Amino acid sequence: MKRLLTLVLLTGCLMWTQYATAASRPYFYPFVNPYEATVMELPKYLEVKLPEKVPTREFTLRIFPKREIPEVFWYEDGLICTLAYQDHKAPLIFVIAGTGSSHDTPRMKKLQKVLYQGGFHVISLTSPTHMDFVVNASAGLPGDSLDDARDLYRVMELAYEQVRGKIDVSYFALSGYSLGAFNAAFVAKLDEEKKLFNFSKVLLINPPVSLYDSVSTLDQLLVENVPGGMEKFELWFRNVLAEFSSVTKEMGHAELSGDFLHNAYKRLSPSEENLAALIGLAFRMNSANMIFTADVMNGGGYIVPKNARLSNSTSLTRYATVSYSTRFVDYFNEYLLPYYQKRGPDLTRLALLERLNLRYIEQYLNGSGKIGLIHNEDDIILVPGDIDYLQGVFGNRARIFPTGGHMGNMFHPDVASFMIDFLAGKEN
Amino acid sequence: MESTTARMTLVTTALSAMFLMCGCSTLPETGRDTLPPLRSYEDVVKGDGPHLLEVGDSIEGFNRGTYRFNYYFDEYLFIPVVRTYEFILPDYVEDRVSNAIDNINEFGNLTNNLFQLKFKGAGITLSRFAVNSTIGVAGLWDPAGTWGLKRQAEDFGRTLGHYGVGNGSYIVLPIMGPSNARDTTGLIADTAAFSLAGPAALVNNTAITTAFSGTSAVDKRHRVPFRYHQTGSPFEYELLRMLYTMKSDYDMAN
Repeated sequence: MKRLLTLVLLTGCLMWTQYATAASRPYFYPFVNPYEATVMELPKYLEVKLPEKVPTREFTLRIFPKREIPEVFWYEDGLICTLAYQDHKAPLIFVIAGTGSSHDTPRMKKLQKVLYQGGFHVISLTSPTHMDFVVNASAGLPGDSLDDARDLYRVMELAYEQVRGKIDVSYFALSGYSLGAFNAAFVAKLDEEKKLFNFSKVLLINPPVSLYDSVSTLDQLLVENVPGGMEKFELWFRNVLAEFSSVTKEMGHAELSGDFLHNAYKRLSPSEENLAALIGLAFRMNSANMIFTADVMNGGGYIVPKNARLSNSTSLTRYATVSYSTRFVDYFNEYLLPYYQKRGPDLTRLALLERLNLRYIEQYLNGSGKIGLIHNEDDIILVPGDIDYLQGVFGNRARIFPTGGHMGNMFHPDVASFMIDFLAGKEN
Repeated sequence: MESTTARMTLVTTALSAMFLMCGCSTLPETGRDTLPPLRSYEDVVKGDGPHLLEVGDSIEGFNRGTYRFNYYFDEYLFIPVVRTYEFILPDYVEDRVSNAIDNINEFGNLTNNLFQLKFKGAGITLSRFAVNSTIGVAGLWDPAGTWGLKRQAEDFGRTLGHYGVGNGSYIVLPIMGPSNARDTTGLIADTAAFSLAGPAALVNNTAITTAFSGTSAVDKRHRVPFRYHQTGSPFEYELLRMLYTMKSDYDMAN
């Protein structure tokens, strides 16, 4: 009887899925507020169905074997990447994480599953803005589109060297989200010269158009939304933490799953200002991590004293305080720009800014049929006009969703199936 | 009894050894060619009083040393053991183990609710223990919780706080991680009570007590989702110290 019931239910589900695909139901996304969409994960029942576990292995790359890692980064020992592997011949896709993210964040792991399920071997790469990358794989300061692409390309080359004996690859593809998508565009362009991978498909997921505009927007979210301004930051932060503590206490535990956050969120119902400030704070913290690390790796002089040696027991508290008070645009103006001007005195501020923009490779993006784009009309890292611009450049290779914020809809079934269809060459 | 004394001596010796080892300076090493940074602390940080990250940490050199020890201990011993535990036992069984351990630890909740004269909390704790030990089969299940008798978690650190003892300096304990002077004193008192007058004294069997401590440690680590370096931040030590202290302040106030 029970078995019969299961069978009936299962058949029902199958028929429903078939019906649903055939009728191509309209895109439904539960969060219309873009800040809400950005912070919240989709509840499980609205998400694409993914395998519980996929076969993976981690491997470590030593990009510059002779590099001496400063003692203050005592826990750093090579750049770790993850490979998810198919047991048969399949395309290999490289995925680049977003700002400050490593190869194994929950989002990267989930994206790995989506792509694995779509038939790919997947190599997940840490963002060039994450401290692990800066310590182990950056040749200089992070933040320049061209040099970051060169650093990433070097990593990809070595990563493929490490796994090529273990997997059977039919062709290469490339993807990334947020800043990782921006990086992917420049890596694709670089590959046209180096021709090592000859990517068949490149998919950009929610990239910024102008890096400078996006980082300014994100930083403003923090500065403008902390009630009473940044002088009142501590009070605000204590309140947020207290609210969160009381909710987790009520719920008996805390975890970082979509369902948990969803439930916590429903009880908290935070204001739009709080959500925006939290997004801005997360960004500020990520860029502070990068700035401090980059400074130490390049001899200091910006946050830490020049020619001072930080040991494994040096207190970093004061440097942390300074780093968290430093905006990405400060880093750009006070450190990155002078660094590049020292190497090429003719470089103007405007010229460097132009390089940190997809417009810099607009012709390439426009003319290259293998590059696709996923974006959202309400993505909070874009400025007015960006969506129209992207639509114009990518034409019918762009899929723009009306809602979803900054990557909130990444694991929506419609988004996931567009990804796979495009990457597998099954679009239209 | 003898083993408790021996263990305590061992801990004290290990602690003093680490103290000596890590009592090094927390300032960067400078030379003649050292130049101040463009964004110095004095220029950038405005406002009076300590900043959010600047928590009282008078033994920072020692603490950073212990933090490093804990990192390696976690990576090479603790987490592999926890992973094996998670691999062998299904989630369902793991949850039963957690419940059973919580049930035995109701002893500490009871004494500390009484110390704080929270008689309602003590009553609930006693009822929970009675219900869960019988209907909940030696605490494997928590029927009392589903009936609305929520766990009244208290420890001696909170008892001290209840009577106005301040946090004291931040301390990173070997293996157990972030704490402060008050909570560490509390922990020692709770452990002593547990072994001298609590369940361990009742059982009075070293093998069982040791097995319980071991399982309890693995279970505790299994329940804490924190993994070292997961923040991807060079300031993880500072962040953890700040969050621990803020959480501790919050718990004290509520």
